[in-house]
Amino acid sequence: MSIDLSQFKQTFIEESDEGLDVLESGLLALDSGTADDEVIHAVFRAAHSIKGGAGTFGLNEIADFTHVMETLLDEMRDGRREISKEAVNLLLNSVDVLRELMDAARDDSSPDMSRADDVKTLLDVMLSGENAAEQTTEVVSDSAELSAEMKNRDSRQTGWLIKLHPHEHMLRTGNDTVRIFKELNTLGDMESTADLSGLPELLHMDPELSYLSWEIILKNNAELGDIKKATIEEIFEWVEDDCDLLIEPLMSETSEISAEELSGEFLPSSADTAAGSVTEDVLQSHIDVLMVQDDDSVTTDNKTVSSSEQSTEKIAPNVSPIQKKSEKKKKPKVEGSIRVGTNKVDSLIDMVGELVITQSMLSQLGEHFSMGKLETLRGGLAQLERNIRELQESVMRIRMLPISFSFQRFPRLVHDLSQKMSKKIELKMTGEQTELDKAVMEKIGDPMVHLVRNSLDHGIEEPHVRLAAGKDEMGIIRLNAYHQGGFIVIEISDDGAGLPRDKLLEKAIEKGLVSPQDNLSDEKIYDLIFHPGFSTADQVSDISGRGVGMDVVRKNIKDLGGKVEVSTTPGEGTTFTIRLPLTLAILDGQLIQVGQETYIIPLVSIIESFEVDVSKINSIDRANEVYKIRDEYIPLIRLYDVFDVQPETTCLQECLLVVVEGDGGKAGLLVDDLLSQQQVVIKSLETNYKRVPGFSGATILGDGTISLILDMSGLLILASEMQSTPNYANA
Amino acid sequence: MSKTILAVDDSTSMRQMVSFTLKGAGYDVTEAADGQQALDIAKTRGFDMVLSDVNMPVMDGIELIKNLRTLPNYKFIPILMLTTEAGTEKKMEGKAAGATGWIVKPFNPDQLLNTVNRVLG
Repeated sequence: MSIDLSQFKQTFIEESDEGLDVLESGLLALDSGTADDEVIHAVFRAAHSIKGGAGTFGLNEIADFTHVMETLLDEMRDGRREISKEAVNLLLNSVDVLRELMDAARDDSSPDMSRADDVKTLLDVMLSGENAAEQTTEVVSDSAELSAEMKNRDSRQTGWLIKLHPHEHMLRTGNDTVRIFKELNTLGDMESTADLSGLPELLHMDPELSYLSWEIILKNNAELGDIKKATIEEIFEWVEDDCDLLIEPLMSETSEISAEELSGEFLPSSADTAAGSVTEDVLQSHIDVLMVQDDDSVTTDNKTVSSSEQSTEKIAPNVSPIQKKSEKKKKPKVEGSIRVGTNKVDSLIDMVGELVITQSMLSQLGEHFSMGKLETLRGGLAQLERNIRELQESVMRIRMLPISFSFQRFPRLVHDLSQKMSKKIELKMTGEQTELDKAVMEKIGDPMVHLVRNSLDHGIEEPHVRLAAGKDEMGIIRLNAYHQGGFIVIEISDDGAGLPRDKLLEKAIEKGLVSPQDNLSDEKIYDLIFHPGFSTADQVSDISGRGVGMDVVRKNIKDLGGKVEVSTTPGEGTTFTIRLPLTLAILDGQLIQVGQETYIIPLVSIIESFEVDVSKINSIDRANEVYKIRDEYIPLIRLYDVFDVQPETTCLQECLLVVVEGDGGKAGLLVDDLLSQQQVVIKSLETNYKRVPGFSGATILGDGTISLILDMSGLLILASEMQSTPNYANA
Repeated sequence: MSKTILAVDDSTSMRQMVSFTLKGAGYDVTEAADGQQALDIAKTRGFDMVLSDVNMPVMDGIELIKNLRTLPNYKFIPILMLTTEAGTEKKMEGKAAGATGWIVKPFNPDQLLNTVNRVLG
C-alpha cells in the first residue's frame, strides 16, 4: 500500500509555523535570561517535532537542518552545553533559515540552500568542537560489528541457534513470545525446544509471569535465502533487555574459520575520522559573516518597505538578488486557513441546532395558522431573531484570533534591532489575548512594525543619554491591546524622549506645510508627523524614518476603517494609539434616504445630525456652500447633486444635515431623511463589480433592496472635485 | 470486528498520517493530542494497541505508558512509542515504563503498517 503523504504536508507546515514561533520566543526568553526549565524543553520539543514531521513527510532538507539544531538544543537541555549568547543567536538565525525552507516547501519550490548551508556549517562547527572524540569511537565499534558480520556471512553457515530466556516480567511490556516465534518462523525452517524446568507448580504459578525458556534452531531455507543476524536481532529488538538472548551461527561440520583472519582488515585508520578540530577564531569568523548578512537583509527590507510607496524603481539597485528572490517567493501565499478552537465549533453547532428547532416550530405554526396564534408567531420570530444574531456572533468569532499572533513577531524584532543600535530595550506586552478579525490582523501587522521600529529608533534614547537624563538605562516599549466598544485599541508606547514639539513645528514651517502665523495646538503639531514627506531625524537611519512611512501607516489604518493618534509628553515618552473596527465584514450603519435611494453611512463617521438652520448657511456660489456649526465652518454637500438622483425636496428647511468626518476633515451631508440604524454585512463592490469612488461597498437590506455604503473620505474628495468644476454647477 | 488502536501525538499532521494509514488498512483508530487526553480516553474503554509519541506537552509518552500499565485493560496490550533515532535513552526509559517497543521516526506509512501488522497480526 502506498499513501500520498502530500495531503498531510500542509498541516505539517502550518503546525511547524507555530513550532517556529515557539522556538523563536523561547530562544528570546533564553537570551534575556527569563527562561525556566520548561522553556528549553518546549524549544527542544518544537525542534524535535519539526524534525520528525519533516523526515516523515519527505522534507529532507528541513529534517537534516533541524537535526543539527536539535542536537545542539539537546545538549543545552541536558546542561552539557552552556546557553551562550552566540549559540542563541545562531539558533535564531537557524529559525529564520527554517522559515525560508518552510516557505519553499509551502510553494513546492526548491529551497535556496545557500544560507541554510552557511548556518548549518556554523551549527556543525559549534557542535563538533566537543564531540569529535565521540564520533571516532562510534566508527570503531561500527567496524567491529562489520567484521563480525563478515564472519557470519560465510557460506558454510547453515542457520542460527537462538537461546532465549525471557525474564519473568517480559509479558508486562506487552511483548508476547508467541509473536516473536511467529515472526522467526517466517524467516526459515524453525525447530524449537522449550525448557520447562523453571515452571513452578500450578498452585504457585503467577499467570502474569513468564517461566519458560527456549532453544530455537532456525535453518536457512533455500527459497527464503540466508538469514542475516540483523534480521533476527530486529525481531528481538524490543525485548533485548527483557530476556537473556544468545544468537549463534549454526555451522556445517567443515566450518572452521578464524576470526583473526578477518578482523583487523576493516578497522579504519583513526586519522580519517578525527574531525577537524576547530579553533574559536574560525567559529567567530563564521558568525561574523552571518551577522553581516543579517544586517544586509534588515537594511534592504526596510528600504523596500519605506520606498515602496514612492517608486519601485529606486529600490532596485539596493536590493540584493537573494533578497529579491525571497520576496518573490513569499508573494504567492496559499489561501490561508484558520485553526478554530473546538469550543467555538461546538457553540456553532449548538446555535444551528436551536435554529432548526425554531424553524420547525414556526413552520408548524404556519401550517395551521389563525389570528389567535399571532402572539405565538411573534414570540417565535423574536426567538428566530435571537438565534440568528447569536449564530452571526458565533460565526464572526471564528474569524477572531488573539492579537498575540500579531504581537509575537515583536520580541525578535526588538531583540535584533536593539542589538544593532546598541540600545537597551525591554518589550512589555499586555492584552495579547484580545481578539480581532483575522483579516484586520493581517493588515495591521506592517503598520505596527513601523510604529515599533519608530519607537526603537526615534523614541528610546541611547543608553548614555538616558542615564544623563536620570532615567533607567533600559528603555521600555509597551504593546497593549484591549476592546472598547466595537473597536480594538492597540497602544504602542515608549518611555523615550517624546516628540520634539519645536523641532516639528520648525520643520513644518521650513517645508511650507504650515505658515509661521498659524497658531497650532500641540495636538495639531504632533499630528504633523503623519503628514506625507515629513521626517525630523537628523540622520536618516535604516531602521526607520525617511519621511515616508508615518503617512503610509495612517493611510493603511484608515483603509481598515480605523484611526491612529499620537500623544506625547516631553522627556517621558510617546504613545501611538490605533483604533480599529473588530471586523471588516460587518459595520454599524445609519440608513439615510435621498430621493428614492437608501444609502448607508458608517456610524463611526457620523458626528451629529440635526435639522438645517438656513441662517447658518453661507454660500459663495451654488456649488460652494458652507454651514456654520458653533465656531466652525464646514462644507455642505448636497448628496442628490453628487449622486445625481432626484431628491424629495430641495428645500433646505425640510432637509436633515448629517455632520460626518472623513480623511479630509468634516462635512455636512444634506439628506432627505434618517432611517434606522442597523448592522450591515459589507459586500465588496470591487470583487463583484468595480471600485466606485465615494462608496466602500454595498449591502442587502431586510426588504431585499441593495444599498450602497458611503465611504466618507472618498465622498469628500468626490464632492470637492465637483465643486471645483464650474461646469457641474451650471448643469 | 476490526482491531482498535489509540494513536497519540501532539503533532496534528503526524496524528493524521498515522490515523489515515491505519484506517486505510482497516483498523479502528482513535486519536489523542497528548498523554492526558489519551489517558482520559483509555479510562473509558479498551484498545488492542496504543501508539504514542514520546515528546508531548501536558503529559509525555513515558508518563502515559506508566499510567496505562496501571490500568487492568492495558496491562498486557502492546504499547508502541513513536520515537526518533536519537532517543536511545528514551527507548530505555520507555521500556522501563512498560513500552512494548518502538517505531523510529521518520517512518513511512508502509513501515508503520508493517510493524503494526506484525504486532497485531
